[in-house]
Amino acid sequence: MSTVEDNLLHADPGIDVHPVPTHAHAGGATPLQRDRARTVFQKGAPGRRAFVCPPLDVPATGAEELLPSRYRRSEPPRLPELSEPEIVRHYVGISKRNFDLDSGFYPLGSCTMKHNPRLHERVAALPGHARLHPLQDPERAQGALELMFNLQGALGEISGLPNVSLQPSAGSAGELAGVLLSRAYHEDRGETRHKVLTPDTAHGTNPATVTMAGFEVVKLATDPDGGIDLDDLRAKADSDVACLMLTNPNTLGLFDRNIAEIAEIVHGVGATLYYDGANLNAVMGLSRPGDMGFDIVHFNLHKSFTQPHGGGGPGSGPIAVSERIAPFLPRPVVARRDDGSFELDQIGEKSIGRLRGFHGNYGCFVRAYAYICSLGADGLKDASEAAVLNANYLLARLREKGVAEYLPLAYGELCMHEFVLSGGPMKKELTIKTLDLAKRLLDFGFHPPTVYFPLLVDEALMIEPTETETKETLDAFAAAIAKILAEAAENPEIAAGAPYTTPVRRLDEVAAAKRPVIRQALG
Amino acid sequence: LSRYTAITPADLDAMLAAIGVSSVQEIFDRQIPEAVRLDRALALPDGLGEQDVYTHLRELAARNTSAEDELSFLGAGMYDHYVPALIDMLMERSEFLTPYTPYQPEISQGGLQVMFEYQTAISELTDLPVSNASAYEGPSAVAAAGYLAKLHNGRSRFVVSAGLHPHSIETLRTHAHGYGMQVVEVPLRDGVTDADAWAQAIDGDTSAAIFAQPNFYGVVEDAEALSAAAKAAGVAAEGNGNGNGSSGGGAPVVVAQVDPITLGILKPPGACGVDVAVGEGQPLGNRLDFGGPSFGFFAAREEYLRRMPGRIAGETLDVDGRRGFVLTLQTREQHIRREKATSNICTAQALNALAGVVYLTWLGRQGLVELGDLLLARTHYARETLAALEGVEKLHEQPVIREFALRLDGDLAAIRRHCALHGVNPGVDVHAMSGREQDRGVLLVAITERRSRADIDRLAEVLQAALAAQHDPAAAGETVAA
Repeated sequence: MSTVEDNLLHADPGIDVHPVPTHAHAGGATPLQRDRARTVFQKGAPGRRAFVCPPLDVPATGAEELLPSRYRRSEPPRLPELSEPEIVRHYVGISKRNFDLDSGFYPLGSCTMKHNPRLHERVAALPGHARLHPLQDPERAQGALELMFNLQGALGEISGLPNVSLQPSAGSAGELAGVLLSRAYHEDRGETRHKVLTPDTAHGTNPATVTMAGFEVVKLATDPDGGIDLDDLRAKADSDVACLMLTNPNTLGLFDRNIAEIAEIVHGVGATLYYDGANLNAVMGLSRPGDMGFDIVHFNLHKSFTQPHGGGGPGSGPIAVSERIAPFLPRPVVARRDDGSFELDQIGEKSIGRLRGFHGNYGCFVRAYAYICSLGADGLKDASEAAVLNANYLLARLREKGVAEYLPLAYGELCMHEFVLSGGPMKKELTIKTLDLAKRLLDFGFHPPTVYFPLLVDEALMIEPTETETKETLDAFAAAIAKILAEAAENPEIAAGAPYTTPVRRLDEVAAAKRPVIRQALG
Repeated sequence: LSRYTAITPADLDAMLAAIGVSSVQEIFDRQIPEAVRLDRALALPDGLGEQDVYTHLRELAARNTSAEDELSFLGAGMYDHYVPALIDMLMERSEFLTPYTPYQPEISQGGLQVMFEYQTAISELTDLPVSNASAYEGPSAVAAAGYLAKLHNGRSRFVVSAGLHPHSIETLRTHAHGYGMQVVEVPLRDGVTDADAWAQAIDGDTSAAIFAQPNFYGVVEDAEALSAAAKAAGVAAEGNGNGNGSSGGGAPVVVAQVDPITLGILKPPGACGVDVAVGEGQPLGNRLDFGGPSFGFFAAREEYLRRMPGRIAGETLDVDGRRGFVLTLQTREQHIRREKATSNICTAQALNALAGVVYLTWLGRQGLVELGDLLLARTHYARETLAALEGVEKLHEQPVIREFALRLDGDLAAIRRHCALHGVNPGVDVHAMSGREQDRGVLLVAITERRSRADIDRLAEVLQAALAAQHDPAAAGETVAA
């Protein structure tokens, strides 16, 4: 890519014209522009435009009659004024300042950055899906309703919990639905419970959700094997507990072997067991939350089922529940009538109601359904097996000499689809922190793992390679880690100052938070 | 070897050897207890090749009547605006489509800059100084505004106008029930929020007062008067010792759900005394997608910045003094603050918000105004033209911008079916959405720039025939046969 020429052509005369440093592409990094950032509001000129408004084809009526001046905006919002070619150059230009999954390895733990097949974009863009209005009569949206019905069925089968609502907008919305379902279930039995249990390894969304649903968070300790501390659970499980929220495999990448006993304790006090589906990619076709004793599950279609992450959404967080929770599901769900046609079922009076407008993120359903159709029963199982194999292989490579002494595995021996290393010894021996290692990985063209999570692991690195990576990529990543550690043994300053090859280097986040500038100042 | 994986037999041998196990099975056997293993194959169909999946999804799409297939006047929250081709191109770029949330700002400047630009655009549209980087969609953004108000003043009740979208009211109720707050609904009078009932309902226990602009029936509300009345009523109640609001300052948080496409011509919420403006972003360059994904927007006055939900991008400098962007004020968020977070949002709608800011840029400063004026003129024309038909009356006289309600004399379901047979979808059956008795027979008609005068005239023609058929079933049969 001729970024030097691009910069010269893009830049306004006299503004920051400068060549790209020759080291910009070192270390195999994706070519990313090192232009100075100017926002779209700082480009263009008054009077430029892309949009051509259709001509007024109805009789002109007095402005005051149409909209009295007291309701009228006095000055138009100061939106940018650019020609279409300028808009394209601007956004294509800044897109090149992003790293993305199509460009390289993205082992971000807990996020399941697996390949996003382009087929899914093609089918989702078909006008019959993309231009279908949500209030179209069900009789004339039968294809969409059948797709949703089939997806509900597939998710029910994968989870072992047959009652599915696709409505929640993302994982955290699915969690909220789940905890509200738990509340509705208890209230229906005439009980008011106040507490929800979450392990200390839980995703931050769990405790945040618990508060939003009006419950108090009670934290559970982790035992030396990385699972729930059963004694702590027994001590805290009482008749005031509404629900236990659990991820299995958990955020340490470990399957909690005591799951049957955990379910027994939780159900023993009349509480519900909630499954955070963030880590479902480890167990599809191999083990089902419903069979483990869970009452409520949420799925992340943007993780296990390849909805592209979009730089922070859209996602989709359907939920599946057991029979006793089904009457409370958020409305609507898709049902099949006796004649084989499909309808939107508003559930009964016991429904917790809507969590959002319309039927959920249908565009994500199309993609997830296409994925399930592509893989089928065997393919989903193969995907989970390959995800676990890849994770264990990468873990094995990182337990070799030169790495393991600095980055030991935090818990366990084997792992499921991801694993957590501790950068504690690295910090002590080599004086570089997990953050430094992560930033140095950028110079090698890799997205770093999730860092500093889970909270109970010192200097944590959470690594999830997914099933769609090759052995060569995993080897190259392991080699990069080894090289960075060896380099740090020689000169820790290199990692401490990294990255060097990215569009910008380390950014002052403290200053950004102290004096927030969250919009472009306009003249 | 499965679709999208790459493990050859040779790879497998080398990998198992490195791990120190004899089979993949062993990895699972050593971790998952037998009792919770699935001992059968999932009861799902076999996998299909790419072309067969395409064919299947194409067949499902063909069984939907989309806005491409009929002359559609459906709206009520989502609208068939034209989405420029450059948005499709940008949304499908790998660099925007496939990254995660920008946790590593050094390699995410593109996405972060888009958020920063988006926030600027939303601030401009709403005339409110702070915007987050997106919420899920409209109704849940209303619920999020309610939660912000609860955190802000700790009071016990939301007062909402019945002009708020029915999905917004229900979504707010669902969420509010969780944290134990009441939702009190204020009725409409003459198509707009009943000013007296509004002022009466708001007291010192009112956490937020929420209305829509334009409202669900398409009517322009007097937003300034509603905001002022809400503040005055809250303050007066506090002064009288009526209510036990736990925060200082009597006024509730005034929240408006606004339609962004109207904000080129309509006085913005910030200039009307609104504290928090939220809304559905779909009209801004997002597809209908049978209801999602789109994005919600969330803008507020400065004092609410640290209680905002969701991601916020901020500007800063790197170690070389180069301008850059980061996710900022993260101490509000779930991954840092956990149970004390201002919301549980993690993944939101970044890609859809990208479409939103590109669309606003494509329209440009004058374009948004021109589009608003075109919608205003055509909507007015459509209302007058349709209301002139026998058996049709307009529900309200007040100004409407892009949507309006009509009462039809006849069986609305039958009328809509008749129209459908002639390739016209005349609009939304309001009663089916709101469940309100007074909405029986009410049709909500939406106009976009894609619906020309000729299209509106065609709607009038078909609607007239449908109404006539109501009174002369024989004619209906003839018309259908024709």
